[in-house]
Amino acid sequence: MFKLFQPSKIFQITSKAPKYILFLFVIVLSAGLTEALILSPEDYKQSDAVRIMYVHVPAAWISLGIFSSITFLSISGFVFKNKNFFLISKSLAPSGFVFNIIALVTGSIWGKPTWGTWWAWDARITSMLILVLFYAMYLISWKIYENEEKVFKISTIITILGIINVPIIKYSVDWWNTLHQPASINILSKSSIHSSMLFPLLIMTAAFALFSLLIFLMKYNTELIKIKNKGLDRL
Amino acid sequence: MINELLFMNGYEAYVLSAFGFTLLNFAGLYLVTKIQFVKEQNKFVAKFGSLNTEKAKSAKSQRINKEILANVTNN
Repeated sequence: MFKLFQPSKIFQITSKAPKYILFLFVIVLSAGLTEALILSPEDYKQSDAVRIMYVHVPAAWISLGIFSSITFLSISGFVFKNKNFFLISKSLAPSGFVFNIIALVTGSIWGKPTWGTWWAWDARITSMLILVLFYAMYLISWKIYENEEKVFKISTIITILGIINVPIIKYSVDWWNTLHQPASINILSKSSIHSSMLFPLLIMTAAFALFSLLIFLMKYNTELIKIKNKGLDRL
Repeated sequence: MINELLFMNGYEAYVLSAFGFTLLNFAGLYLVTKIQFVKEQNKFVAKFGSLNTEKAKSAKSQRINKEILANVTNN
């Protein structure tokens, strides 16, 4: 089954997809920004400061999702001895890293008007900061190790250690007394967020997901061409 | 309406800087990734161009190499 996903077979699709994804991203982002900045209502308590949620929450969700995917793919790469899984992981990491930084910075900006401080060593914020360090270590490991086997091993160890932090981030608001409010959106039970705010949040999440897909495809294509460049050297 | 949008009940500095930071990061990441892609693509074309006929023929027999070259021509 994995043969279907061989780089040589899927490059035809991955090389053409970015321009369509970029087009779709611009449309969805425009709709999301209109909803988030103009059409969505202000909060009865936080007033217009609540609009920061539309960039902060999707960025946090996607950075967590990408890190989980990277871990899953790295472990699968070892189990199935498939280099392509490592290549996909490596290509996903830059957007996950940037989304994590966006979540931290926009969270800090949101903290000032709502909590009265730019930063607090609160469980959720601290665990998100730890995640960004794991992202940085993962990316650095690809830069410093040239030996393929070594980088596969070290980057996977980093993701396995880092994934322990993901449930801590998710449940930190329930386990400890934090400045953060508990989750407003639940998949299994009823969400406490009103649809007039949920709708723009979902559009912005879709836009962010499209952007990470776009960056992933561009990065993946770059990595494939890099491999082919090495192949030409060997001819 | 425009005043409401611009002043956001006094929170405009926070809201617009959060959105601005996000969009700036998007633009930066997109540009860096694009530059890296174009650089690798150009390197490939230069290396391919320096191959002799026999090696070029052998390299072109791989579908992915043909695709890379086709993409350069299309761009």
